[in-house]
Amino acid sequence: MKKLTIDARQAFAQAGFSRRDLLKGAGALVVTFSTASTARLADALGVGQGQFGTQNARVGAQLDSWIAIAADGSVTAYTGKCELGQGMYTVQMQLIAEELSVPLSRVKLIQCDTSVTPDQGTTSGSQSTPTNFNERNLAQAGATAREALLRLASERLAVPVDRLAASDGVISARGDGSKRVGYGDLIGGKRFNLALSTTAKRKPASEWTVLGKPVPRVDMPAMATGQFEFVHNVRVPGMLHGRVVRPPAVGATLVSVDEASVRSLPGFVKVVVKKNFVGVVCEKPWQAIQAAQHLKAAWTPGAGLPAHRDFHGFMRRQPSRDALLVNSKDVDQQLARAASVITATYLYPYQMHGSMGSSCAVADVRGDRATIWSPTQSAYPVRSGAAMILGLAPENVRVVFTRGSGCYGINGADTVSFDAAVLSQAVGKPVRVQLSRKDEMAWENYGLAYVIDQRIGVGADGAILAWDYEAWSPTRGGRPGYDRPGNVVTGMLLGYEPQPFAPRTPAPEPGGRFNNNSNAAPSYVTGCVAGRCGGAGIVKSERVLSHTIASPFFTGPLRSPSRLQNTFAHECFIDEVAAHVRADPVAYRVRHLSDARLRAVVTRAAEAAQWEARPSPRPNLSRTGVARGRGIACVAYEGDNGYSAMVADVDVDQATGAVTLKRLVIAQDCGPISNPDGMKNQIEGGALQGMSRALGEEVTWDDQKVTSVDWRTYRSLPLGFAVPVVESVLINRTGVEATGSGETAITIAAAALGNAIFDATGARVRQVPFTPDRVKAALDART
Amino acid sequence: MAAITLNVNGRAHTVDVDPATPLLYVLSDDLALNGPKFGCGLGQCGACTVIVRGRAVRSCVTPVSTVAGAPGADIMTLEGLGTVERPHPIQQAFIDEQAAQCGFCLNGVILTAKAFLDQNPKPSDAQISQSLATTLCRCFAHTRMLRAIKRYAGRA
Ligand code: FES
Ligand code: FES
Repeated sequence: MKKLTIDARQAFAQAGFSRRDLLKGAGALVVTFSTASTARLADALGVGQGQFGTQNARVGAQLDSWIAIAADGSVTAYTGKCELGQGMYTVQMQLIAEELSVPLSRVKLIQCDTSVTPDQGTTSGSQSTPTNFNERNLAQAGATAREALLRLASERLAVPVDRLAASDGVISARGDGSKRVGYGDLIGGKRFNLALSTTAKRKPASEWTVLGKPVPRVDMPAMATGQFEFVHNVRVPGMLHGRVVRPPAVGATLVSVDEASVRSLPGFVKVVVKKNFVGVVCEKPWQAIQAAQHLKAAWTPGAGLPAHRDFHGFMRRQPSRDALLVNSKDVDQQLARAASVITATYLYPYQMHGSMGSSCAVADVRGDRATIWSPTQSAYPVRSGAAMILGLAPENVRVVFTRGSGCYGINGADTVSFDAAVLSQAVGKPVRVQLSRKDEMAWENYGLAYVIDQRIGVGADGAILAWDYEAWSPTRGGRPGYDRPGNVVTGMLLGYEPQPFAPRTPAPEPGGRFNNNSNAAPSYVTGCVAGRCGGAGIVKSERVLSHTIASPFFTGPLRSPSRLQNTFAHECFIDEVAAHVRADPVAYRVRHLSDARLRAVVTRAAEAAQWEARPSPRPNLSRTGVARGRGIACVAYEGDNGYSAMVADVDVDQATGAVTLKRLVIAQDCGPISNPDGMKNQIEGGALQGMSRALGEEVTWDDQKVTSVDWRTYRSLPLGFAVPVVESVLINRTGVEATGSGETAITIAAAALGNAIFDATGARVRQVPFTPDRVKAALDART
Repeated sequence: MAAITLNVNGRAHTVDVDPATPLLYVLSDDLALNGPKFGCGLGQCGACTVIVRGRAVRSCVTPVSTVAGAPGADIMTLEGLGTVERPHPIQQAFIDEQAAQCGFCLNGVILTAKAFLDQNPKPSDAQISQSLATTLCRCFAHTRMLRAIKRYAGRA
């Protein structure tokens, strides 16, 4: 039987709930609150009731919604930013241990459970560290609690606060060890009843003893020994197993379902049909798989898909929604005066999150209440979406984040949570759903395809005079948010519309503040809007025009969404321009950057890689055999959320076009480092995931359906590929805000690789993925 | 349905299942084991790996009837290898190297590497790579995982 974790039980107890309040029904982990008790719990925790379509504005106003101290002095913290494999759980424990001066072993963390944790929206976009490690939210709660405890101790001990010191959960008078009191004695089991202080001081990094250290992941031993409980392992008593039956083609709608085709199968429970949503429920997982396979369902033909081969051309021809990020209005004049104008077009495919485990969720919907164990990055939004779908009040739906396979954005986690909820409601029993590999891959919200036209004019001195960018990318759906379940496939099948798409041409002139908008603006431009400049570079003549078109497939944020595609185009293009003017790629970048932090990562990466200053391609190219080269790329993620530069060394087999990675050196500045080993893990994983995406990953389709539906048709570099040496240079910058670090290295991988291939061979590959065929074609096209 | 006896992690279990059921579902559902995972169900990723007669076997494509009962047909899962308190040395190597992100692939990576190293105690790097040619980690914790495997191989 699955039980409440000790942590959760304690959290509920602290909120004034008895175990009986929590465990109603047959001893299952079904936390069915009465409305009154929900309100009481919410109130106790300072969390108001969310509504459809809104994020609770009062989130975390009260210290008690973040931190509770038990009678034994142990600390429980509540966070709305979840562990997705990026190390967020351990590092948030470090943060609390540090701010409250308690050992890590006395900290418990409860993450992303809509019944107890603050609504922090979605764990995404490299925003968890900025959100919870700077002077707000969880970090500020820690500082507020520490100051509150010091004040309480001051009263208790009759010693002024400035003569007190906290250590190991005990506050004592400096120089008089006899005057001491533990946190448990000060407040144990009681609420602080304090608003989060805006003036409470964080501990300075110079005093850190837990934060800033390479603390090992607390979940690692359980994961390595098979003890760890993923959402895939949630077992609720009486649980049945569901399987969905997706349409055979994009745009196909349901004509009929023949329940008789599966009724006699062993373990069969029910066929569930709602509009175009079809699923089966059986007693055991294998039975559900069989039933889904055997179910006779008739569908209309699909809507037809644009040809895969010409998809980039197709995008250019579609009605689009246009946006201008910057427009200095002198680009055409500057290009006309330039000593030379260089143009290039970069192409990027749809790619998928392709989680290792297909997505899984367990839902228990009975009567007017529901509990959903979900691997979603968006516990609160999924609660609202599920409530809409189920026709329940959001406060009667509880979403318990339970870890799934690494997701890198919106994989099938949200959609499968809706699947499980619908199937459970239909049978009135708990239902577990795990998607098939094909259902995961054929219907997820893909990362965006792109066409990017670049144009640069250079002066006689080689300096860039003007940069002109124009791009096309598709959109359909995305994260469901609080009120758009139709943004993922299950919601759409149930009849909810995705986010509407409204073409708009021409683009209005840029207004308001400069917005880097997912690195659509190159790092090298000034980014001036209405006289205020927010760019990282010095090129004043600038135009950034984006066209969004309606996508035939669902799209959504895939790790470094749009930032990666844009940076691929920018960082390859500046390399092309540097080569054109025979400049060293590192020096040429630095020459056009104004941002000191971005310059610093470029310089540090180059130093660490023993970069030899010279133009690309390398001298004395040979057209045959294996050629070695190096390339660099850099990014200021979203302009100011993490700085990274990568030097890639590669070998290119000029007979086959096969590329072998030899070494990757990445320098990264994410402000004050909370956990250097966690940061390295993110850099290493991001760099290699970026290389897998650059070398082989591409969503494919025929005229009806997606055809990249398994690991043979969607290529991910396996453990056994020739793994390069990966070296990270961590730049620890205290005294500035902490930034994200999970999406920086991946953003620059494709560009560093493309530039290295060029350096080795003189051939430029402008289309991802760099398959051997494409590289070979570029090699053959050399003049 | 048929009664099938399986020896898993040193204990015999009898389950009543369709003999064609892939071993994975019996382990994770009937026997409630957390180690073996459904990744693809197609034998392409390794997430479902167990060790049978010393070899890494992909349980998602192995009918349960083929590994039933016979002595010596012991099935070892990741939780059978070691525990949090007493991890097996290869598990310890992964912990020491902090060789994972989400951890979903660890079952397949560790068991595939262990089965290989048990039979090839002194492998070259190329042989290690070859043994992991169809094992995936989508978080790309590759560098750490290979370090962990080599650390264990060096000790073995
Ligand atoms: S789940 Fe068995 S190999 Fe992928
Ligand atoms: S650690 Fe996430 S798939 Fe390997």
